Amino acid sequence: MAEEPVIRAEGLAVAFNGNTVFRDVTFEVRRGEIFVILGGSGCGKSTLLKALIGLVPLAAGRAFLLGEELAAARDDATRRALLRRIGVMWQSGALFGSMTLAENVELPLEEHTALPRPAREALARAKLGLVGLGDAAARLPAEISGGMAKRAGIARAMALDPPLLFLDEPGAGLDPITSAGLDRLIVDIARDTGTTFVVVTHELQSILAIGDRCIMLDKQARGMIAEGDPRRLREESTHPTVRAFFRREAA
Amino acid sequence: MDGRPDQAGARLALREEEGGRVLAALGWLDMAATARLWPEALRAGRGGGIAVLDLSGLESLDSAGAVMLLTAAPEAEPRGASEPVAAVLARMRRALAAAPAPVKPRTPFHPITAIGRATVGVLRDARSAVAFIGETAVTALRAMARPRLLRLSEVLRHLDEVGTRAFPLTLLLGFLIGVILAYQSSIPLRRFGAEVFVPNLVGISLVRELGPLLAGVVLAGRTGSAFAAELGTMTVNEEVDALRIMGVDATAMLVLPRLLAATLVMPVLALLMNLSGIAGMTLIMATLGYPSAAVESQLQQWLTLTDLMGGLFKAACFGLVIAGIGCRAGLSAGRGPRAVGDAATAAVVGGIVAIVVMDGIFAVLFFRLGI
Ligand SMILES: Nc1ncnc2c1ncn2[C@@H]1O[C@H](COP(=O)(O)OP(=O)(O)OP(=O)(O)O)[C@@H](O)[C@H]1O
Ligand SMILES: [Mg+2]
Repeated sequence: MAEEPVIRAEGLAVAFNGNTVFRDVTFEVRRGEIFVILGGSGCGKSTLLKALIGLVPLAAGRAFLLGEELAAARDDATRRALLRRIGVMWQSGALFGSMTLAENVELPLEEHTALPRPAREALARAKLGLVGLGDAAARLPAEISGGMAKRAGIARAMALDPPLLFLDEPGAGLDPITSAGLDRLIVDIARDTGTTFVVVTHELQSILAIGDRCIMLDKQARGMIAEGDPRRLREESTHPTVRAFFRREAA
Repeated sequence: MDGRPDQAGARLALREEEGGRVLAALGWLDMAATARLWPEALRAGRGGGIAVLDLSGLESLDSAGAVMLLTAAPEAEPRGASEPVAAVLARMRRALAAAPAPVKPRTPFHPITAIGRATVGVLRDARSAVAFIGETAVTALRAMARPRLLRLSEVLRHLDEVGTRAFPLTLLLGFLIGVILAYQSSIPLRRFGAEVFVPNLVGISLVRELGPLLAGVVLAGRTGSAFAAELGTMTVNEEVDALRIMGVDATAMLVLPRLLAATLVMPVLALLMNLSGIAGMTLIMATLGYPSAAVESQLQQWLTLTDLMGGLFKAACFGLVIAGIGCRAGLSAGRGPRAVGDAATAAVVGGIVAIVVMDGIFAVLFFRLGI
């Protein structure tokens, strides 16, 4: 019996005020995979992420995460149990401004585990250390740079070791060395723990380095225009937009 | 991670061997198990010098479990770990090494230092307030010479938000105040058979004092806070810096339209407050058996145009000051979301205190001038 996919999206469509952002988005993500969502700016990548986790209502289609449909979760306990197993890094960081970075990372631990306080503190410190922010644990979000906020967002998303992690443009605004370090961290975690990653990114190098599979959204097509292994797409795709994307050409 | 059996089955075992003490971890060491085992692990570690971590019985390890083992036995040599377990342990070891435990600088509390710091803060604040007033005044003069600086569409937008949308609240408040004042003052006055003077009392206190003051409170609560929050958010998002760098006069674009709108609108609000208050009072007088003609003749006899104009002038001054305090609170906001809330609070509190103080000054002034 084949393993149940971690994410199953069936014909997803999202519209804002009658304007369709995308439709007929169908894909599956398997366990331990690093799944990349590609596409030009404004094509709906962040929206797709939010639709998957139930923050944006679907105009059509169904989305299953870890075998369950969030939209159909009957009671709060089911929702909570599902959400506990999902980590999200927001495109803007979305750190809580009145808490230090360490407290930001501790928040989900406090909410969902019975870890004693020193354990939470040590774990939060370690998570910040993972993303290279070990020395900034006591700072407030207003006191760090944009790239640091991204990394703190990743540390918070990873706080509970969720089996499914959504990262919205983790590499944006990072220098190549830090960005490569982050890529390696993602690959390591996926390999060692079977964590599944859904990553939105534009960085070609990053896509090719970490992506097991990808889909590409397009604004004109209002939907998916490609799906598959990014390395093969780069070599073999005949779609003009996909080719232009991978060759870094203006359309 | 999903649906594995016996998740609570993790346990720790401490034993002595020739090479030293050995801490063995067994089972599925996940967050729930770590939460349970943390005190035990730390107790084991406190005995000192665990030489070996025996991980051969460990089925799985997550980051919390790894942090626990590394906290309890930082120096120990891991043994018998499966490949994924070893990888998690190594990664968390690197992470902890990169995140040294914070040393909290303990600054003892010195009352003298605290007083000094507070004084410097107050003085600095006063200086920036003076700077704000000066800058605004200069910009206002410049805008008179070059009216293009002032954006008319902005002024209109604020006139609508500050004024028209506050009308219902003002009318309601004024009417109720009129009713309450008339009713309350009729009780003692009736004992002297002087109910007929209720209109004087209510009319004068509304027109001279309460109308402008209450309109000011409405403005401070509705608009001063909104100005502070709006400009505070712009400051926090570095939009104000962006304006300055683009060479746009931020004061002319952001502050002047708001000041102008509030100053123009306040006399209108105060007038509405007066009128609705008098309407409320007239209603109460009617229930007490005094026709509206009697109220009217009383008011005509006792209220002068100077009373009204003085009140409306005060209202305009209140509007200017409340808007100024709101704008300054927003523009001097710190960083982070809390700064916006602080700015809004400062605007409301500052606005209300300022109009009460100003009202006192006006009372003395009007008395001296014989108004
Ligand atoms: N709440 C909303 N209301 C209306 N339209 C929205 C909303 N959120 C997003 N959109 C629209 O949906 C489209 C997709 O937005 P989205 O943020 O998903 O883009 P994106 O692919 O993540 O872009 P980027 O790479 O720049 O982050 C955009 O055209 C945007 O204007
Ligand atoms: Mg986006």
